[in-house]
Amino acid sequence: MERTKRRISTLATSLSVGWFLALRQVRRSSIATTVLIIFVMVLTFLNLVVVRGILVGIIQGSTDVYKTGYAGDILITPLPKKDSIENSPSILATARALPWAETVTYRFVSAGTVEANYKTKLRETDEPNSAIGSIVGINPIIEDEATNLRSHIVEGEYLTLEDSESIIIGANFFRKYLDIEAPGLSLLEDVEVGDMVRLTIGQNTKELRLKGILQSKVDQVDFRMFVLDTTLRSMAGQKNFNVDEISIFLKPGSDPEIVKAAMLATGAGDFANVQTWEESLPKFLLDIKDTFGLLGNVVGSIGLVAASITIFIIIFVNAITRRKFIGILKGIGIDSRAVEFSYVLQAFFYALIGIGIGLAILYGFLVPFVTEHPIKFPFSDGILVAEIPNTMIRAAILMVATVIAGYIPARIVVKQNTLDAILGRK
Amino acid sequence: MIRAENITKKFKSGDSEIIAVNDVSFEVKSGEFISISGRSGSGKSTLMYQMSLLDHPTSGEVFIDDKRVTNLSNEDRTIVRLEQLGFIFQDYALIPELTAIENVMIPLLMQGLTKKEADSKAEESLARIGLGDRLHNLPSQLSGGQQQRVSIARAIAHEPKIVFADEPTANLDSETSDIVLNHFLELNKAGQTIIMVTHEAEYASLTDRVLTLSDGKIVEDVRNPSRK
Repeated sequence: MERTKRRISTLATSLSVGWFLALRQVRRSSIATTVLIIFVMVLTFLNLVVVRGILVGIIQGSTDVYKTGYAGDILITPLPKKDSIENSPSILATARALPWAETVTYRFVSAGTVEANYKTKLRETDEPNSAIGSIVGINPIIEDEATNLRSHIVEGEYLTLEDSESIIIGANFFRKYLDIEAPGLSLLEDVEVGDMVRLTIGQNTKELRLKGILQSKVDQVDFRMFVLDTTLRSMAGQKNFNVDEISIFLKPGSDPEIVKAAMLATGAGDFANVQTWEESLPKFLLDIKDTFGLLGNVVGSIGLVAASITIFIIIFVNAITRRKFIGILKGIGIDSRAVEFSYVLQAFFYALIGIGIGLAILYGFLVPFVTEHPIKFPFSDGILVAEIPNTMIRAAILMVATVIAGYIPARIVVKQNTLDAILGRK
Repeated sequence: MIRAENITKKFKSGDSEIIAVNDVSFEVKSGEFISISGRSGSGKSTLMYQMSLLDHPTSGEVFIDDKRVTNLSNEDRTIVRLEQLGFIFQDYALIPELTAIENVMIPLLMQGLTKKEADSKAEESLARIGLGDRLHNLPSQLSGGQQQRVSIARAIAHEPKIVFADEPTANLDSETSDIVLNHFLELNKAGQTIIMVTHEAEYASLTDRVLTLSDGKIVEDVRNPSRK
């Protein structure tokens, strides 16, 4: 018992002496060396967090615009094998009455063809200048309020409630925006804003003026053609008001899961498929997101190993060059754990300062900057994803790796024979 | 106080074996100032390392206050060195990142003294050897003699039973060596037991007793009649 007490007391004293030594060694070591080590730590930390953050951010940017430009927080679609959302007026009314709902937009969707050269085509066999895709009937005011659709107009103008004879078309239907060849893909050529096009839905056709071209990084915008809801319904011969999509945009801070549960509690699930925006994401996007996250972790892990080795070498060289002094400390009766602890503390200090600076750069500069100026990828505006819990886990991993990398070389040197160390014998 | 019984230390050198210390026995009484003398390679420093628990003898025993210490674990030997022994090395052996007072404080802190207590005791110890005005100088800012005096202050600050000094004047000029020796004599006068290894006959002659080693054996054990 007495011996255990003494051991605990010696350990506490060793830690205190280790602290005393570490503090002075760090304070009086070469500034250039300290700056270099901290610089390595900062780069390692950023490598650990930012590489993964950008890789995930590429897809996150894409999913974010999917949410803000199309799905909203809750997306309601028809049940399997149903053409539209049954009982839509009631579901819309319920959605609008939700206390969390900010904007609720609806869309009628139908397959259709837009033809540009229908007036100049001489024979049926002449190559058509047409595009086949989803025709979406919207209330342009509500849709713009919800998805800010107007902001994606790159040519011409957005629809107004009076534009029953107009159409706006996503850029991916035009060869000048999407110059690719693919089997079955037909694109509009030499069609400009103001030109007349013929829209065919089922057996019905209608001449419409191309009022604008939309371009965004949301497939549900770029690969769709928009007309007024009234235009689409009349062309499709739809008598009821059953819509194909309802997007609910919530007030900031609202939890989509709660809203989904509230919608299902009203019985909406009997008539429609109610999903949070994340559930409605195409599976391939989620798979890519996971894959990129994994890639980021792999790259980050390599960086972590490299940093651990760097710290190991730095501490090892430091300890080896100070072998004589370590021997002297042991010789005059300083517990070897105090010496080991002093090196562990030094490594801890380098990691702490490096991570601190890294965090300041990350959240003080990089994240706000990339949010403000997203990285322009062809399919998304990449952001830097750095969730605080995730970042903290990585910081803790780096801290532990650094402390271990500091402890091992110190232990190797401290374990050497005291007299050999003092006399510089091998 | 400290007793060596049949201490032998052998080293391997390739296929051959070197006997650095050969069956040496002697005792040092409390308050004695003895010097271990001899030519270079005679085994005097090696003997001191066995006595001071810095090394393990090949055979033989060391007793401090009749307690056998050669069989102690490394951990317990460290504690004995900390609490009962003081060390002065030829090249001063100060920690370069620590100031004079911090170098002296380190063993005191390890003994469990608070920072304030250690600081006060270290300052007192440095003042005692005339370095009260150099407390906050790093070793690189001190002369060789001053560094050796800091080393002495460190060795005596925790009031050890025995101070071991390994060629403490070897790196110093004669004037500084005299100053250092005078400090030893003053400490001894105050009751401090000192075992000093030296090859300088002039300084050995100032101690109470001179053990002369040759080829690892004590060939002479002479008491100084002018002392005590």
